[in-house]
Amino acid sequence: MRIDNYNDLEKKCREIRYLTFDAIGNLGVGHLGGCLSAIDALVVLYYRHMNIDPKNVKMEGRDRFVLSKAHAGPALYSILADLGVFDKKELYTLNQIDTNLPSHADMVRTPGIDMTAGSLGQGLSCAVGIAIGSKIKKDNARIYCMIGDGESNEGQIWEAAMYAAHMKLDNLIAFTDHNKMQLDGQTSEINDLEPLVNKWTSFGWNTYRVDGHDVKAIDEAITKAKEVKGKPSMIILDTIKGKGISFIEAKWMNNHNINVTPEEHKAGLEELLKGGF
Amino acid sequence: MLVEKEMRQVLASELSKYMEIDESIVVVDADLARANGTLGLREKFPDRALDVGVAECNMASVAAGLASYGFKPFITSFCPFATRRICDQITISIVYAKQNVKIVGTDPGLSAEFNGGTHMSVEDIGVLRSIPGMVIFEPVDQVQLYKAFPQILEYEGPMYIRLFRKKPDLIFDEDSYEFDLFKVDTLVEGTDVTLFASGIQVKQALDAAEMLKKDGISAEVINVHTIKPIDKSGIIESARKTGCVVTCENHNIHGGLGSAIAEVLSEHYPVPMKYIGFNDCFSIVGRTKPLLEKFGMTKDHIYEKALEVIKMKKKLSVDCWD
Repeated sequence: MRIDNYNDLEKKCREIRYLTFDAIGNLGVGHLGGCLSAIDALVVLYYRHMNIDPKNVKMEGRDRFVLSKAHAGPALYSILADLGVFDKKELYTLNQIDTNLPSHADMVRTPGIDMTAGSLGQGLSCAVGIAIGSKIKKDNARIYCMIGDGESNEGQIWEAAMYAAHMKLDNLIAFTDHNKMQLDGQTSEINDLEPLVNKWTSFGWNTYRVDGHDVKAIDEAITKAKEVKGKPSMIILDTIKGKGISFIEAKWMNNHNINVTPEEHKAGLEELLKGGF
Repeated sequence: MLVEKEMRQVLASELSKYMEIDESIVVVDADLARANGTLGLREKFPDRALDVGVAECNMASVAAGLASYGFKPFITSFCPFATRRICDQITISIVYAKQNVKIVGTDPGLSAEFNGGTHMSVEDIGVLRSIPGMVIFEPVDQVQLYKAFPQILEYEGPMYIRLFRKKPDLIFDEDSYEFDLFKVDTLVEGTDVTLFASGIQVKQALDAAEMLKKDGISAEVINVHTIKPIDKSGIIESARKTGCVVTCENHNIHGGLGSAIAEVLSEHYPVPMKYIGFNDCFSIVGRTKPLLEKFGMTKDHIYEKALEVIKMKKKLSVDCWD
């Protein structure tokens, strides 16, 4: 499952975007913006760094991932299906009654999901708990977590940030999907996060800020973060909400949870196919 | 001797005992370990007795993360901060995610005494009782807590332990008491009225039963230590026998023990009922005794309510309920 070549990683990103957009397009509605912005980092993580076994998702000592911005669940489901954790056909059950794939990632329902989230702000604390657990067990697992920029308004994010640094959790690497938009508008206008790097650094985290759609930059940041001792790492991903499909990107002001018409569904898939994968 | 110990000391000594045996037990405090008796655990178990500081939301979700990793976390705080403050973290990180976290809240209701109304949880049971699948256990005394511990550990799932922190009136006999987490305890058998009580109200109910006895009234006193899931058959059985009920709790009468019993009886065996507890009001600062008096929660108040329900019962045709 490991992809060594950056070109192939980029292709994989397009393929995962295709699967994600197809599942949401098939349903006609979904959290497109935040799924599409997160995909490159998720792909780099799952195809280059995560120590997991798709055939044994409960493997002892595996790496864990907490999708704290759990509304990007469909993006993660596409990756899990592509890795063979479950059948790709299941992606088309998204949000149908009795599905295992709800909008928000749910460990009780979905194989391969390590933690339930959905009420924003909690997932990073859960990841901190998992990272502490791994330290107690001394199993050398690595714990990854992705939070949203809007989610960073939550006070609990900063409770978790402070405590992770206090506990010197160098087995914890988190990402902020900084797509600059939250539901009610631009993050800079609602409750400005900047200076975001300074915030994380001053909370005691080893912090990077990279282009969240540059797989090489993401990969290098993760690789460096793994070497850091004594502190957790935060990788701030500068991303575009709706990345990869031009007319979804064009709706950046309002593409958080949007309808997709059958025509848009078709056009989006065609655009992604043109990129090739 | 258990009788010499405060409840928090029993909590700490039982945790210590089982942490030695079971390496998966962890304790996560939020800067109230000194108050809750768990501070000493970190000397013995430096890796497994954690303190997140004054950050209860983080405490709950960190514990959920630990539970997802195979640990059995206990989180502790005062009742209001272990429940209403972190209701969403309990709901999503812990219960919805099916994580085995034990939530210990101390100083329930008016037992917060000089910490006053802000620290007096009159709503904690109501808040947590409406979360699907939550278990709510309120131990009455040191013996019950001690006997409950193996069953608390054995139960795999979220549980709220509503713990009187200091030295309560001793109700149970250490040698003879057999505890069942999901069964009520009949403390006194009776035929005229049932007094269902939890927590510190058990002692008041027992004293009220003594007063009633002097009037020739046979009161049954039942301790409902587990308010959810409630022991339906134990409650129906007693109501069927006595035909009227008074509930006694250190909590708002809306949402707590009284409501839980009313839910059972209204569906299965409706009988006249009266409620002792906070009558939809907040508590105020003060010592327990005058507070019980002020809010109508003493043995005398229970006695009066018992007479009232017996009168109601007599007015009704008992047959119509069968």
